[in-house]
Amino acid sequence: MTTPSEVSRRAFFTKLGIFCNGIVGLILAVPIVRYLLSPAARERNPGYESWIPLGGLEQFPSGETRLATYRNPVVSAWDGDTADIACWVRNVDGKTYQVFAINCAHLGCPVRWFPQSGLFLCPCHGGAYYQDGSRASGPPERGLFEYDYRIESGKLLIKAGQMPTPGQASNLVREIRTCV
Amino acid sequence: MRLIESIGEWLDARLQIDATIRDTMQHRVPRKSASWFYVFGSAAFAVFLLQIVTGIMLALVYVPSAGEAWNSLQTLNHNVALGWFIRGLHGWGSDFMVAIVLIHMVQVFLFGAYKYPRELTWVVGVFLLIVTLGMAFTGQVLRFDQDAYWGLGIGASIASRVPVMGPSIVNLMLGGPIIAGATLSRFFALHVFVVPGLLIAFVAVHLLMVIKLGINEWPMPGRIVRKATYLKEYHELTQKDGMPFFPDAIWKDLFFSALIFLSIAACALYFGPFGPSGPPDPTIIQTAPRPDFFFLWLYAVLSFLPPSMETPALLIGPVVIILALLLLPFVFGEGEKSWRRRPLAVLTILLVAVSLGTFTRLAVYTPWSPVMDAWSSIPIPAEFLHNRSALERQGALIFQDKQCHNCHSLGDQGGKRGPALDAVAVRLTQDQLIRQVIQGGGNMPAYGKNLTPPETTALVAFLETLHPAGQSPARDASRAIALGSEAGAQPSTNP
Repeated sequence: MTTPSEVSRRAFFTKLGIFCNGIVGLILAVPIVRYLLSPAARERNPGYESWIPLGGLEQFPSGETRLATYRNPVVSAWDGDTADIACWVRNVDGKTYQVFAINCAHLGCPVRWFPQSGLFLCPCHGGAYYQDGSRASGPPERGLFEYDYRIESGKLLIKAGQMPTPGQASNLVREIRTCV
Repeated sequence: MRLIESIGEWLDARLQIDATIRDTMQHRVPRKSASWFYVFGSAAFAVFLLQIVTGIMLALVYVPSAGEAWNSLQTLNHNVALGWFIRGLHGWGSDFMVAIVLIHMVQVFLFGAYKYPRELTWVVGVFLLIVTLGMAFTGQVLRFDQDAYWGLGIGASIASRVPVMGPSIVNLMLGGPIIAGATLSRFFALHVFVVPGLLIAFVAVHLLMVIKLGINEWPMPGRIVRKATYLKEYHELTQKDGMPFFPDAIWKDLFFSALIFLSIAACALYFGPFGPSGPPDPTIIQTAPRPDFFFLWLYAVLSFLPPSMETPALLIGPVVIILALLLLPFVFGEGEKSWRRRPLAVLTILLVAVSLGTFTRLAVYTPWSPVMDAWSSIPIPAEFLHNRSALERQGALIFQDKQCHNCHSLGDQGGKRGPALDAVAVRLTQDQLIRQVIQGGGNMPAYGKNLTPPETTALVAFLETLHPAGQSPARDASRAIALGSEAGAQPSTNP
């Protein structure tokens, strides 16, 4: 019953069917990939960072370094405590400030400030930083990450919203100045 | 009995599966391979089944939400009947599974089982090791406590070092700009759907090949694997000196799996579940995050790598290790199987085992980490303060107050970050001590800006008393002469 022409016709339709599914697959892949990449795509514009108030300047006495916390600007309702981020505020001389990220520049563990020895120490791999954030010793390749800040009507604001990491080229992280 | 038989026949007439099961279960294995050395693969599979069952049970209560996960673990531990035990089984099951997979891998390596024709079985096995470690890491994240939170931070910091793509990879990994709700949700999806799916698929392929190609024969020194003759030789061996897997060989696997289940249950019962440690609140910074047992070695390696080596080692190291494992059966696909004729293989295993063991041991007591509260909680032992002058005791006070004790030990008490100072005066002269304190160096921060000249003088005076009785402190031989000739102060003592 089957002639060669009929077989090739069926084979053609099979190929056409595979081709159609390929096209549909490609069309579906666009939204799927877009969905999967959305956390990274957001970075371009408008970005994750914004200006966040840390509180009144009176909380940060001259010559001292104090812990401050803020609620991350990008949040969801189910973030719980994880959206509360800590940072170190150093009032250098009553006029200039330095705001350091809590994350060690080595692998992101929370650094602690010790006013007695004037050092930030990391509990994970033993990184140490001087009071101006520059690297003192240990595995970190660089000084602490520093947020941009500005002062508005007696309040200290920082530009934050993204966890600082060593490989990040974002403008959130300024290069540390040399020893003050 | 007749009823069961007739039901069985009715089912098989439709499923047509009886012959396949019979062939699979009764595949012939070489008599010597039915050994206690060949039980680890089946034990790993058994523990995996336990992990699936206990994992589903935990998912009945666990809430994969950053705000609630920690609370739901507390509920599991305290408010659900035997919830703590199921958590213990799952946690200890995870450790046992990684351990058994590693032992299985070592056995396969030493017995030459990766050689022709079982190269692909080994390659799939390497993927199984990677996904097993992936399960261990993502599972540690689901125990959403302080360790999990900062562990994710470490993961993100490592990922960010990838050139160009780094920051985007971090955002993809965290599901957003910070470690938060989206992060836990995606690690839940990974741990419960994606990685187990891969694991099941790889296990199926791995097992299929074990059955189709036959289990590795017991390696005999001098019996060489050759691609031309191996398959024929193996077939003859299983026919002449073999037996069916079921019922003749399987009993050792069954006994060993039962022993492993019992051990996991005993550990869960005796040691209880893992954590959770403190809540995942990043404003609580009084914490020393630490990974689970099988990642401790990495934790130690990361603190010993010099800064310049860090990024290359983190990015290239894993690629090199995985490539080496994948290429192994293709480079050494023929030849001797017996470890008695492969000294390099034995040495490699010993080297890896000793290295991993050493790093794990180091990570247990973290000598690189300052003891953060030594300055206020560990006093200087009394014998270092007896018969000291006022200046020297003032120096001892500064030693505590400036937190030298956090990094340096006295009488084996205090930090191990820097060298012990019990006999520092024998090693360094007064000038060298002053220089070291003020300028730092050799991984010690400089304290010049943090010490007044009188404080430095007192501190160095105390450090100069630190030498064993009967052994005098180091002295710069040229110092007296230099000072003498310059100032002309001591002409009478130099004849």
